[in-house]
Amino acid sequence: MDTAQIDPGTDFVWPSEDVSQIPFRVYTDQDLYDREQRVLFQGPTWNFLCLDCEIPEPGDYKMTYIGDAPIIVVRDENGNINAMVNRCAHKGSLICYKPRGNVKEFACIYHNWTYNLRGKLTGVAFGKGVRGQGGLTEEFKHDEHGLERIRIENVRGFIMGTFSDETPPFAEYIGQELMDNIDRVFIKPLKVLGYHSQIFPNNWKLYVENNKDSYHASLLHVFHNTFGVVRPTMTGGIKLSDSRWHHLSYTQREEIGDDNIAKEKIRSKQDDYSLSDTRMMEHVLELGDKITNSIQTVFPTMVLQQILNALAVRQLIPKGVNESELIWTILGFDDDDADMDELRLQVNNLVGPAGFISMEDGCVGGFIQTAAKANVDAQTILPMGGRKIEPSDGSRVTESAVRGFWKGWRECMGV
Amino acid sequence: MTTTTDLDRELTLRLRIDALVADYIHCIDEDRLEEWPDYFTADGRYKVITRENYDLNMPVALIYCDGRGMFEDRISALRTANIYEPHVYCHMVSALKILDSSGPDIRTQSNFTITRTMSEGDMMTFLCGKIFDTVTEVDGEMKFKERTVILDSRRIDTLLVIPV
Ligand code: FES
Ligand SMILES: [Fe+2]
Repeated sequence: MDTAQIDPGTDFVWPSEDVSQIPFRVYTDQDLYDREQRVLFQGPTWNFLCLDCEIPEPGDYKMTYIGDAPIIVVRDENGNINAMVNRCAHKGSLICYKPRGNVKEFACIYHNWTYNLRGKLTGVAFGKGVRGQGGLTEEFKHDEHGLERIRIENVRGFIMGTFSDETPPFAEYIGQELMDNIDRVFIKPLKVLGYHSQIFPNNWKLYVENNKDSYHASLLHVFHNTFGVVRPTMTGGIKLSDSRWHHLSYTQREEIGDDNIAKEKIRSKQDDYSLSDTRMMEHVLELGDKITNSIQTVFPTMVLQQILNALAVRQLIPKGVNESELIWTILGFDDDDADMDELRLQVNNLVGPAGFISMEDGCVGGFIQTAAKANVDAQTILPMGGRKIEPSDGSRVTESAVRGFWKGWRECMGV
Repeated sequence: MTTTTDLDRELTLRLRIDALVADYIHCIDEDRLEEWPDYFTADGRYKVITRENYDLNMPVALIYCDGRGMFEDRISALRTANIYEPHVYCHMVSALKILDSSGPDIRTQSNFTITRTMSEGDMMTFLCGKIFDTVTEVDGEMKFKERTVILDSRRIDTLLVIPV
């Protein structure tokens, strides 16, 4: 079934010559939102769907989204993973309405059309009619009415999906340097330790920008400085893919000796404010390097996180122009022992909707959204680090990666 | 057969637990959060976990405190470091059920709803779910030894900073 959608174009004109000024309208305009669904989320982009380890057995499925589009990811009888749009070919009802489960086939509840685990239409209730009356006519071909399939790639256990045949292979999409970071962090089979869901009172792009904005980290999240958990001796930098769509921001501890790298722990400094209990700040150097924080974005809406030993993948789902939902999938390694399990629970106090160093990200987008609605013709400015979109070796005081996001957005949106 | 003594004991226990819960929620709702750690034993444990994670046997919590220091850190962080729009909670707790009162540690279950009112005055039903408590007596006072808050409402609007 050819589902390519017709691109009706847009009247929107980007108001400046580069991406160091962003019109507020992009956060509030329903037409742009609709266009994003068609040409960006359903365009040449890779979107996080779920983890391989979440659907280990044949028949295991999980519901997810690409933009507004509901998606089913399922493992079939042969062990292969398939992804389909969660929309019945008949009248468009959701096929799955429970978030996860195990099935032999998919049966739509509305009129009981059935599909196999690859999305092929296998049965139409009363297809032959009743006593020779009604039913399907000859012209109906089952093969032409399967579920719309989504192209997927399994990237180190992260199942990625794209609507478009044009999207380059994932490794090419994010580039070697950023693939190397996925290999650096996700070194072993994963397990899921839990989920969080957080609703932001803002357009999805404000949260994506926030992730690419390493400039805000020590300024908005005062916890870092107050409790002395980021030290001036730490260095870091920003890497950008060649396309500039994706980024990696990292900090590392320069002062550790290599001798004790395996079990070195970070303590907060003793100061006016210090933590009564520092277990949450302990860092077992399990990845064999000194990197304490790495935040990696995959355009448009995926974030891979390593904060000390807190590993997670974050998936952002737009929920209309003014709202978005962030799903946090909290990860550990499958071979973690009981001590490591406990440490990950402790360090996860830092992140999530109630996280000491992440909760502010929940409200700051709403503060901008409020301003944006009232000033759609005004612009924000991104002056830090100049107008260029370049990686940065030493300093993270740059908005390069944010400008890179807007480069990607404009290229996808054709504006 | 339930004897008068059993009934007296049960009533006394219910009244004492009810008083503890009332003191606890008023402490939070009236923003006397520095007193919050005092409602727990020194080795108290506290978890706010979604029903989704709980049902899936997944351990990750939104807030996890293990021992008094972590309770104090939650409060000093929200007072000195965390940034959020000011708001207050109003807790409604009901349907206290005593699950086990045979030993010194009493296990209970109750339901709760929390409304959140922002500084501009708009109110929403913010959280609801169940609480499983283990209550014990320390020097003549009832304290929480363990408090597990299970959120039916697993989507957190904006952020969660004040404890439940
Ligand atoms: S909508 Fe699915 S069978 Fe009719
Ligand atoms: Fe942040």
